[in-house]
Amino acid sequence: MTIDKLLKGLKAWDPRAIGRAISLVENGDDSAEAILSSLDEDLISEATILGITGPPGAGKSTLTNGIISQLRQSRKRIGIIAIDPSSPISGGAILGDRIRMMQHATDQDVVMRSMATRGRLGGLCATAGAAVRIMASCGCSNIIIETVGVGQSEMDIIRLADITLLVLAPGLGDDIQAMKAGLLEVADILVVNKADCKGADILAMDLEAVTRKGSATPTPVSMTVATESKGIAELLDQIEKVDSEHRDSGERQKRRRGAHNQEVLDWCLEILRPRLLAEITKKGLPLLGDPRLKAKKILEEQ
Amino acid sequence: MTEKTPKKRVLVGKPGLDGHDRGAKFLAQALRDAGFEVVYTGIRRSPEEIAAAAIQEDVDALGLSSLSGAHMRLFPAVVEALAKAGAPEIPVLGGGVIPDEDILALKAAGIVEIFTPGTPVDIIISAFQDACEKKSAG
Repeated sequence: MTIDKLLKGLKAWDPRAIGRAISLVENGDDSAEAILSSLDEDLISEATILGITGPPGAGKSTLTNGIISQLRQSRKRIGIIAIDPSSPISGGAILGDRIRMMQHATDQDVVMRSMATRGRLGGLCATAGAAVRIMASCGCSNIIIETVGVGQSEMDIIRLADITLLVLAPGLGDDIQAMKAGLLEVADILVVNKADCKGADILAMDLEAVTRKGSATPTPVSMTVATESKGIAELLDQIEKVDSEHRDSGERQKRRRGAHNQEVLDWCLEILRPRLLAEITKKGLPLLGDPRLKAKKILEEQ
Repeated sequence: MTEKTPKKRVLVGKPGLDGHDRGAKFLAQALRDAGFEVVYTGIRRSPEEIAAAAIQEDVDALGLSSLSGAHMRLFPAVVEALAKAGAPEIPVLGGGVIPDEDILALKAAGIVEIFTPGTPVDIIISAFQDACEKKSAG
């Protein structure tokens, strides 16, 4: 596909062009700059970016599937980015989030992309932001990003998404887990999925107790059974409510600004990393001495 | 941008009603261990669903598994679905319980390689590597 054809395809909602564009950007191809500078900034700023995160097996993909079905009732064009981890050994990955969403595979207005972390920690991949912008620019009014299965501190999604759901399920720990610092404090909506399972009510109570503490606006807690599409409509209402609050209060703009600065910083570091590594290797530093002090010296020399 | 980091992306899928996914899962993992990014779409998918997924995921090659005897119908149907969706260049490889006499017909229908039970996994992986390289060259 030539670059001209590709750019035309992006404007014409061609799923091949969208898939190709994301690959080219992800692989750092020479055409990436042409693609990224051709995007429609107005559409990007209008789109709603929904983040879905939570521990492995909590039901993120199944919940995402339910949210897609619900959003499609209003005929919205939807983009999904689903991220799974790359192997630290082979660099390969199994991208398996699609399995739960295959019912939407032939829906012309749903485009989905599985991405591997490629060494990035934090729950996303380095190109997630670009993939969101490509999808938004092609006309997706809603973009859902599903992170890798996370622990307590993978928080990149909070910056990239306008609204982040933390999906939890009963049986993964006691109330002390809920008290710990991290994702729980910063998610916009907490979802207790598998709400038909034993312990779901207690989990919801624990979550309500910890997120109410010291906050004028407690984090809402929603209950869902994603496999049976239960609670999804109510969850969507909740998302809409939080979204309109964020738009009115300026929170949405504030986050977009913060996310943008952070992504610029991330890319600065990404670009600098190989250069600095080459510099460090070239120096043949002695094993003795503190690494931090050496780093400072190298940066001063630059 | 930064340094170039191309990765081979493949899709492993099971068309039709066959639910025996042990082979497909084994192969997906072997490809992962060989450094591929493997999109796995699970069991009981239609040829159209698999083709749509392969296109959206921009994969370099597509592997199909069938152990139920429906390969003569389903494998060519995936090739056709890809062509219909405008992506005839994505190479399709197939494997499963496939009698020798079907192999030529499947290849004639556009399946690049066919693997039968007992094929060493290295051979399958290098066939995927070749298919991916041919696609990016062409």
